[in-house]
Amino acid sequence: MQCCVCKEKPATVHLTQIVGEKMQKLDLCEECAKAKGINDPTSFAMADLMLGLGASQELDPSAGAVEVKCARCGFSQADFKKSGRLGCPECYRTFAEGLAGLLKTMHKGVRHIGKAPEALRATRETVDRLKSLQKKLAKAIGEEDYETAAAVRDEIKSMTGAAPAKSR
Amino acid sequence: MKDIHQFLCSPADSTHRHGPHDRIVMSSRVRLARNLRDHAFPGWAKKPERVKVLETILPAVVAMPEMADSFAEAMDNLTALDKQLLVERHLISREHAAKNVGSGLVVNRAETFSVMINEEDHLRMQALRPGFQTREAWQAVDKLDSALEKKLNFAFDNELGYLTACPTNLGTGIRVSAMLHLPGLVLAEQINPIIQSVNKLGLAVRGLYGEGTEALGNVFQVSNQMTLGESETVIVERLEKVLAQIIEHEENARQTLMEKKPKVVFNHIGRAYGILANAHSISSKETMNLLSLLRLGVDMELFPGTQRSLVDELFLVTQPAHLQKQVSDKLSAEERDLIRADMVRERLKNVNRPLVKPAGGTAN
Repeated sequence: MQCCVCKEKPATVHLTQIVGEKMQKLDLCEECAKAKGINDPTSFAMADLMLGLGASQELDPSAGAVEVKCARCGFSQADFKKSGRLGCPECYRTFAEGLAGLLKTMHKGVRHIGKAPEALRATRETVDRLKSLQKKLAKAIGEEDYETAAAVRDEIKSMTGAAPAKSR
Repeated sequence: MKDIHQFLCSPADSTHRHGPHDRIVMSSRVRLARNLRDHAFPGWAKKPERVKVLETILPAVVAMPEMADSFAEAMDNLTALDKQLLVERHLISREHAAKNVGSGLVVNRAETFSVMINEEDHLRMQALRPGFQTREAWQAVDKLDSALEKKLNFAFDNELGYLTACPTNLGTGIRVSAMLHLPGLVLAEQINPIIQSVNKLGLAVRGLYGEGTEALGNVFQVSNQMTLGESETVIVERLEKVLAQIIEHEENARQTLMEKKPKVVFNHIGRAYGILANAHSISSKETMNLLSLLRLGVDMELFPGTQRSLVDELFLVTQPAHLQKQVSDKLSAEERDLIRADMVRERLKNVNRPLVKPAGGTAN
């Protein structure tokens, strides 16, 4: 088996890490492992390494597809593979599909929790509230609890009818 | 143009800043990464766009009340020496020191805020505090960010949070970190298991100058790695808990060493003093490692009358750029080693040899 970094020497260091439900494997030669600072496989976070290596797999376009480029800035997947960084804020939308897996392995969750710019905070709360109401509505309908469903539907109506930026 | 060396307070003053637990926690910092919505990230943007971003952000930052007395400059107006000086003060990253046209810096005189423009992200703002004050640093930088968002359009996504050039900073864009002096754990050979368990909690342990640097002078940086899926407060609180535990382990290690292997401790500290007080040529790396032991000796009361700030000051002024700034001629590394040794000998002239047992009986 070849080292997946230098693709020259045989791999002697094998790492497996399970994050969530995903398993990741890396096979490195001794020198590359040392260069990446892996002395003890149990103690390092794969996220750092994934950017240089796994990123290529994660972001590979589906077989045969044309290379996707960001419409805003012209950044491509090959560029990401090279630098591990994106081109512009819009890239997160362009490459959303490929990034999802990567984010899952890197972070605690895939949805932002915490501070938001004040101007967007109210909208954010409304969106969250609407989402949870819609879930509640679907559940009520599924359970044939039409009384609750009607109440939830009215609440959704009143929220979307009112100014969308206002919460509660 | 103002000279950054004249603007910043002297190394002596900067090492007289005190904070809680500063015998182990040298400083705390919280950094936030932000980007403008309508521009490519610095690593991808062409020069004119980076210049435009700099021209948008710099005046907004300078107008903040926190930055009333500040040094603001484009990176291409700074000399390599100035940049290195800023790295040694931990005010900019090594990555930022390599930047030129289109990047900039705003730092306030008290050195409590430092804002890098067009580093990896458009905006990297950090609040710095002496000692163990991660929460205070978070509150300070949070306030600065809230004021800045009124003037600048930050890239923010409802699902992903603040959008950053590198996906590792996505979401909160926060990095909470503390610089720790851990000679006890190193001498007791307990540092590696500690680093491993800290890593397992999803936190990173790095060397003196951050990413990819060695732990010179037994100084380690501990910081969070994950930025998405948890709130800033949760991240700050977790780091606080871990730091409190590391402090405890370090104190225990020092006490145990003094009880079980006092000769080993005295030997290390005595030799460090011997070399520092008598050398005629010494490298920056050796100086830092020996000063760390001297600092431990001060903590253990083996140098009555000597302040920790003297050691901390030497730690700063013996580093290459600080040393170079004190003499007019351009020095080679060999010449610096001679001047460094002279300076350290001179400063340690009034420091007596270490006691063979702590002044106050048992060390605490």
